[in-house]
Amino acid sequence: MKHMTGLLFFLALLWWVLSGYTKPLLISLGIVSVLFVAFVAHRMDVVDEESHPLHLSMKLVRYWLYLLWEIGVSNVKMVVTILSRNPDIDPRIINVRINQRSELGKVVLGNSVTLTPGTVTLQVEGDMIEVHALNEESAEGVEQGTLDERVPASIEEKS
Amino acid sequence: MDIVQVLSAILLGLGAVLGVVGAIGILRFPDFYTRMHAAGITDTLCTGFFVGGLMLQFGLTLASVKLLLIFMFMLFTCPTATHALAKAARHGGLKPWVKTDAGAGLGNEGRAS
Repeated sequence: MKHMTGLLFFLALLWWVLSGYTKPLLISLGIVSVLFVAFVAHRMDVVDEESHPLHLSMKLVRYWLYLLWEIGVSNVKMVVTILSRNPDIDPRIINVRINQRSELGKVVLGNSVTLTPGTVTLQVEGDMIEVHALNEESAEGVEQGTLDERVPASIEEKS
Repeated sequence: MDIVQVLSAILLGLGAVLGVVGAIGILRFPDFYTRMHAAGITDTLCTGFFVGGLMLQFGLTLASVKLLLIFMFMLFTCPTATHALAKAARHGGLKPWVKTDAGAGLGNEGRAS
């Protein structure tokens, strides 16, 4: 029930932000479409903790801020590599053991690794991820597993 | 010219520069996988600067919120697309370029010509 309320709230908010209408007729049409989408989602049985992780909204925001900072730092390194006369390119594929247990945690981690320039997730299998790294420095970044530790722990608690 | 306009212009300029740098990277790097890393710049920071600059132009309006939403969707979809590309290349049997001791720096082996 909690997730349904959350879904309704977010859908209504999204509808209003994207349309910006305030006329009663249009708003009532919006309400009808929001209710319909929620009904379909309920019938598809996809309204659960995985699709709608309410319990970690705040932690996710903190994680995103940290991730944005990391992305910024590695972007600057990447620009330096691209523009330098003799680029430090020494690509390698590394296998790293990860701590994430849940599917969601693995997806979040894999996406984060890909978002950070210099590393791309090739494959996630069991508790190992395969990462293509541009040079030794970016490979070490993944091997140390700081990102892995930063993924909100409560993602794991659930499943 | 007030301060917001200047800031917005700076952000947009930085975004444009990063886009060009990303393109240079794609041209300079030796093979498919490494080029993907270079494209990562345009995925993230370049888009971020553009969205930031445009948000300053619009101020606190609904348009800004929409821009923020676009940025968030980019953050979710870009890595997925990159990962799909990388995985397709790997399953297709494309060998990653490795640095050889002889030709330090950028060799020619991996170049698709």
